Amino acid sequence: MKKYILKRVLLAIVILFFVTFIIYALMRSLPTSYIESIARQKSMQPGSKSFDEWMDQLIVMYNMDSGIVVGFFRWWGQMLQGNFGDSWLFTVPVLEKFREVIWLSFIMGAITMFFQLIIAVPLGIIAATKQYSRTDYIISVLALAGISLPTFFFASLLKLVFSVKLGWFDLFGLVSRHHEQLSAMGKFLDKAHHLVLPCITLIVISIGGLMRYTRTNMLEVLNSDYIRTARAKGLSERKVIYHHAFRNTLIPVVTMIGGSLPGLFSGALITETLYSIRGIGWHSYHAMVGGDIPFSMFYLTFMAVLTLLGTLIADILYAVVDPRVRIA
Amino acid sequence: MSENKDKIQELREDDIIEDKGFEDPEYSLSDDRRVKVLSPGAMVAKRFFRNRTAMVGLVILLFMFTFSFVGGIVSPYDEDQRFYRVDSMQKEFCSAIKNNEFRYSTAEGQEFSSIVQAKMVLAVQTKQSEFSYGGVDYKLDVLGEDFYAVSIKNGPELGIAYKSVFFPSDESAKLPYNVEKEGLLAYTNGEHRFVADGKSYMIDDDGIVESGGVEIGYISNYIVQSIMSDVFLSRDFKERLIIAINDGIEDFVFEDEQGEEFEYRIEYDAYTNKYTIRQARDTFVYDSYGAPSKEHWLGTDRNGMDMLTRLMYGGRVSLIIGFIVELIANFIGVILGGISGYFGGWVDNLIMRIVDIFYCIPSMPIIIILGAAMDAQMVDPKLRMVYLMLILGFLGWPGVARMIRGQILSLREQEFMTATEATGISISRRIFRHLVPNVIPLLIVSASMGIGGTIITEATLSFLGLGVKFPFASWGNIINDVNNTFVLQNYWFIWIPAGVLLLTTVLAFNLVGDGLRDAFDPRMKR
Repeated sequence: MKKYILKRVLLAIVILFFVTFIIYALMRSLPTSYIESIARQKSMQPGSKSFDEWMDQLIVMYNMDSGIVVGFFRWWGQMLQGNFGDSWLFTVPVLEKFREVIWLSFIMGAITMFFQLIIAVPLGIIAATKQYSRTDYIISVLALAGISLPTFFFASLLKLVFSVKLGWFDLFGLVSRHHEQLSAMGKFLDKAHHLVLPCITLIVISIGGLMRYTRTNMLEVLNSDYIRTARAKGLSERKVIYHHAFRNTLIPVVTMIGGSLPGLFSGALITETLYSIRGIGWHSYHAMVGGDIPFSMFYLTFMAVLTLLGTLIADILYAVVDPRVRIA
Repeated sequence: MSENKDKIQELREDDIIEDKGFEDPEYSLSDDRRVKVLSPGAMVAKRFFRNRTAMVGLVILLFMFTFSFVGGIVSPYDEDQRFYRVDSMQKEFCSAIKNNEFRYSTAEGQEFSSIVQAKMVLAVQTKQSEFSYGGVDYKLDVLGEDFYAVSIKNGPELGIAYKSVFFPSDESAKLPYNVEKEGLLAYTNGEHRFVADGKSYMIDDDGIVESGGVEIGYISNYIVQSIMSDVFLSRDFKERLIIAINDGIEDFVFEDEQGEEFEYRIEYDAYTNKYTIRQARDTFVYDSYGAPSKEHWLGTDRNGMDMLTRLMYGGRVSLIIGFIVELIANFIGVILGGISGYFGGWVDNLIMRIVDIFYCIPSMPIIIILGAAMDAQMVDPKLRMVYLMLILGFLGWPGVARMIRGQILSLREQEFMTATEATGISISRRIFRHLVPNVIPLLIVSASMGIGGTIITEATLSFLGLGVKFPFASWGNIINDVNNTFVLQNYWFIWIPAGVLLLTTVLAFNLVGDGLRDAFDPRMKR
């Protein structure tokens, strides 16, 4: 097992190496005029460094003066030391900004995942046990509708209904106007209140996938021989489903959830932007649109690491949860 | 081939002959007694058409295709045809302000220097009747409210200082000093007639000064200025305006020299002590956010374009992009996945590692960065659409390659593949004639769901303003207007229809994909 994990981690590092190379090459191949115009804009801002300083910093950071391959190795060296440079847009070191905003995104992700689990898994199992019934049809179509729902449209609808018509929530932001006057508890509740709509958006968008996944796997389990055997033994349907079938369904479900754990940190690019929740997603979106190359580079690398970590965890969990899977 | 056919024909004829030997129709082997066997394709079609949800999806898709591709032709309007409406706008026209600064007139043959004027203001403020400057003593006479005469002590009068101004009718000519002084004096004291230089003048309640039936000017403490530089304010208008202000009227109508009548509205701002006069004018504007009407069933958008027509063209763009992107992704995916799955070994390893690498590249951020860079470079919208398709397609292939490889790995071990090998069929034929057709059902299913996903991605990008750009319409960039909170609150017809179309189209693609999967492989029906 240890050997397997070690092998996978090494492979992941190799993949990361190539992924970062592609990202780096992409950044290097951005038109120079674009980078220069961004740097010039930045230097125009009051109290900012001069244009030359920005460009110098960029050239040092991304080794623009050397060839792509040499520059890439040097960049890796700096990255390993945890040096991602200073963000152009937020004018602080990239990692400092990242540490500041990541937890908000994580909290949102965690809330979403919690509700996603307690809604999607039971519904998926119900749909599978009552296959072809009306319940099944409704759940399946709703799951598909959730998958088909564009985030921005759903968010706009929620805003129209709950913010504009009912006035229950604010349209944007994490805190209300009188946030500073509130007590500690009041501040917490204020933030929680502002997170309701973004979390609902995320939950509804993401619930369909897990629901369908659970349903498919539950059906597969229900069609297998040992379930027939269990029924033939004369076990009650309850016991068959919730004891024998459910546990086996959990194998792929747990694997999938484990694989999506690193995704908790990735933030919700679109949703955070739509609601102006200043998490990692919002910051990255504005960094990318505003041509903040150091922050964008960091975000891309970070996302790649998260994806790799996700597949790694899923594969390892698959072996851990299901004793039938042998590791080569 | 033809030989075979002939043989079959012969056999059939034999059957018929034999049939004749049997009197009992129960044992007949003629065509009408055979069990109908459907071809695999027909079976799939049958299963598909029986699936109710899939049929709903298919109907929606058919509707969307006609809506987008036929609708654009049927619609009487063009994609970027603008509509105008006549709007009465209250444009700021001129302003009137009560004069708070002293103005000065110098008596004929005298000198009333600006330093003396300044000293005079000081004296007025400190309420002194005398002041001196440069060794000369001056006398200050109060003629009325904010109206003073300055003279050298025991000497001639230098001039007058006043706040109500005597505007001559002929703006190029200067009024004689005495006329100005006497006129202002009479005006401040509320008298209706005065005599200056041997002529008599009349002042009416509105401050208009006449002499022998000829208007020579008017007195007012308001200064009227036009706001737009190209507007010339006639004296008649100014007089009319001042009358209106004095009478406290808010709206008045004035006919200018060309005989055109306009309505004016006077607004008073107590803070700056200023009157702003707005002129109601008919202006030709884009019919933006026009409400749904008989001409425009879904109203018009921000640029005054017909919403329904925009939706049709937007559907075209969304659907075409969805198809092309899937085509590119599947093309690369099938080739690489096919090679990888069929050959195995180091080729497989290499391709799969490449897939792993591409799988890790976060596609959405990459597209956003490229979109922002294209924005800065002002890439032509048409070219941009092509780039968008290429990028999306290229980022989509790893998933397809993985799926195809998995499928081919399992197919490769089946008997029919051993048979192809045994019969010595060439490798390319084996892959593309025997393996790939077996993969196509799966491919169609994944592609139909993939198109839905691509449409959402494209719409999201366009919504963020990084995908399809104006003047081209796409369902995403139509909804983009909702970023304006005012639109969100007031103009449902701008964004709800586009969103509903988007949602139903993607849902339909997913439903059809689901239905196709069930139809192709009943075992997968879950």
